[in-house]
Amino acid sequence: MSFTPASKPFLISALALVAIWAADTAPADAQAREQIRVVGSSTVSPFASAVAEEFGRTSRFRTPIVEQTGTGGGLKLFCGGVGPTYPDVTNASRPIKASEVALCESNGVTDIIEIRIGSDGIVLANDHRGETLTLSLREIYLALAAFVPVDGRMVANPYTRWSEIRSDLPDTEIEVLGPPPTSGTRDAFNELAMGGGAAHVTEPVSLDLGVPATCRPGNTACQEARAAGTLQWVAPNAADDDFADVRAVRFDSLAAVEHRHPSVFEAIAHYIREDGRYVEAGESDNLIVQKLLSNPAAYGIFGYSFLEQNADELQAARVASEDATFVAPTFENIESGAYPISRSLFFYVKKQHVGSVPGIQQYMLEFLSDRQMGTPENFFLDGELPARGLIPITGAARQTMIERAKNLATLERKS
Amino acid sequence: MASASDRPASRHRDGGRAQWHSPAMTRRIRRRYLGDRLFRAAGLAALTAAGLFLLLLVGNIAWQARTGFFQTELRLEVAIPADVAAGETPGSPGFGAAVDAYPWRSVALSALRERFGADSRGDLASLRGLISRGGAAVALRAAVRDDPTLIGRRATLWLPASEPADQWAKDRDAATALSERQVGWLESFAAAGDLKTHFNGRFFATGNSRDPALAGIGGAVIGSFLTLLVTLAVAFPIGVFTAIYLEEFAPQNRITDFIEVNINNLAAVPSIVFGLLGLQVFLNTFGMPRSAPVVGGLTLALMTLPTIIISGRAALKAVPNSIRDAALGLGASRTQVVLHHVLPAAMPGMLTGTIIGMAQALGETAPLLMIGMVAFIVEVPASFTEAATVLPVQIYMWAELPEAAYRAKTAAGISVLLIFLISMNALAVYLRNRFETK
Repeated sequence: MSFTPASKPFLISALALVAIWAADTAPADAQAREQIRVVGSSTVSPFASAVAEEFGRTSRFRTPIVEQTGTGGGLKLFCGGVGPTYPDVTNASRPIKASEVALCESNGVTDIIEIRIGSDGIVLANDHRGETLTLSLREIYLALAAFVPVDGRMVANPYTRWSEIRSDLPDTEIEVLGPPPTSGTRDAFNELAMGGGAAHVTEPVSLDLGVPATCRPGNTACQEARAAGTLQWVAPNAADDDFADVRAVRFDSLAAVEHRHPSVFEAIAHYIREDGRYVEAGESDNLIVQKLLSNPAAYGIFGYSFLEQNADELQAARVASEDATFVAPTFENIESGAYPISRSLFFYVKKQHVGSVPGIQQYMLEFLSDRQMGTPENFFLDGELPARGLIPITGAARQTMIERAKNLATLERKS
Repeated sequence: MASASDRPASRHRDGGRAQWHSPAMTRRIRRRYLGDRLFRAAGLAALTAAGLFLLLLVGNIAWQARTGFFQTELRLEVAIPADVAAGETPGSPGFGAAVDAYPWRSVALSALRERFGADSRGDLASLRGLISRGGAAVALRAAVRDDPTLIGRRATLWLPASEPADQWAKDRDAATALSERQVGWLESFAAAGDLKTHFNGRFFATGNSRDPALAGIGGAVIGSFLTLLVTLAVAFPIGVFTAIYLEEFAPQNRITDFIEVNINNLAAVPSIVFGLLGLQVFLNTFGMPRSAPVVGGLTLALMTLPTIIISGRAALKAVPNSIRDAALGLGASRTQVVLHHVLPAAMPGMLTGTIIGMAQALGETAPLLMIGMVAFIVEVPASFTEAATVLPVQIYMWAELPEAAYRAKTAAGISVLLIFLISMNALAVYLRNRFETK
């Protein structure tokens, strides 16, 4: 009773809020979006968000919104359709696949502009006072994998010194500092160096394969395999009762495994040793560099920009994709793709949105501008993105991309 | 065992009457008191442990956050070039756009270069490492917009220091990513009185940034506020009316039992499921904008509804039936009974449940992931449909970044979130007390 006066306004104000909200949303559905929406790769995302922030501050357009969804997830959203609810730009750490182009087309996304922004290079480096390495990807795999094939069986990595892998390598203990599994650098290293190296292991190997019966929480690969009923690798250190129907299968090489059971191959190749010879050195590449300077026998894995910034103190291993030509991780070699532990980075733009969402073309040009990409005199000093670790696209290739952005030239349709 | 054998003996001696001072009885009483004391001690120990954990958590966060609210700045004499916004009248929109578009980063760098006379590539890179280039550009831009007469003149300005320089200024003994040369330069700044670390008010006003000097919690606070407003506006009336109907009007039958079971079930569903529901219903079916507080609010409202309904029903159940009977006996209609008598008495309990539900919603990130509120958003949202992020999401995103400065920002963000939670819970207590005394 004495209460009614207090509770009535409360209900009324709550209802008023509903009304405000309804009034606020109603026109929003009709009006077009004013902010560019970017999704996609977490490797490209730091660059895209830096560009977006600067673009928002210096242009008359709103600051684009950058969401990290991974390359595949980004392309799935991007290819969802045309309209304000679908993103305008998606970042990718690999080229778009034919299947994704087809998905896009089936949803009416027919005009896609592909912009290559540069590359991502990962180096294996040590202090100048230490010995220089020349390694093939296969040797990187043999030095760092948890399990390697020996006499046709997968065994816990027996190599403790570099010279045991190849006799002319330094006779020092294998000690490598690298990024933890949460980092994008580690993902790229796993895929390019470990995976690329394992694919070059040519000896026959027999693997125990089985269908996972129970999975540790968080092991998504295992959970997916269990759900799909596909075979998984029974690592020698895995408890046998975790798998059903285990049998040994013989393969001619690890490349044959990759061909027949990609997920098994990934489980083998991306499994980095845990016996203390590979040390996870936190998310900060800076920290790895500092540890290398205090220990000349140790090698570190990090992004190319840190090598460039510490060029007086560090030297990088030259790497060969197959055991033939060793390539030094220089700016040019990474840019051209000659250095094997490098990959191209892209973003894709929906041409159908250019014009209806303001600023898309200007955003593309900002991404490719000198102040973001740097000038040939000194990329790391002039450009924002190289300072953040991007090997920018340069010269004629960049001009081609700028032309593409200006003319809104789309991907050629392969039909 | 001993007491069991004692009992018949004492009864025998005293003809069935209790022997209060017999040794057996004294022993029993002592044992009972001991048990009592042990029980209380266990309770106290549990409370102390919980208190210590809380202290550890809050202390740890506060310790880490202490630097997050502060920002180091360097004083520099900057030559503002004469060609900024050439041909534009100050105050015109063209002038503002031209000032915004000017390459201020290089202006800040040449000011540093002038001061220390560095020329080689390595030197320039080291100098560049002293100031936050994005932050310096923002400060210069603001200075020139405020005072267009600075164009073509020299001005002495405070510019935000870079992340490593900021860390160095806050703790000079800690390991630093700076070179000896850079530390030398910073020491010369400090000696000249051109280095200060001050309270960073900007932190509460701005949105996210890739530059720690510019990153702020303001965008996330506004985003949380807008989102919770929608949640409250939707969940509170629906929850209260549902509770009233189910408790006061609905017949007791299988259908209402079924509904009750389902509501209880929903309260236990993991929040990510509500995110998937929100994605499917609000984004895919209704085509509402991604990342918008209105969608986040609606999704969180779905999640909070069961909590509000359950606590609302409990509060209504606690109202004595005699009040309903008395009102009905005086000729009140059932609606009048509910609105005039039952609801006011139940309101404190309902409000408490609502605020607890809202506090839960404030701390939620999982459902927002699905509807795109976990994103890099620089601008502070101004309406319910603009892209926004919320406090816990902002904290999560900063926690993932490698720069040390973001660790302090993370802790500072957590402090802000804790302050909000404490205020909401205090409000719940206040409302309950206020309504109860009347």
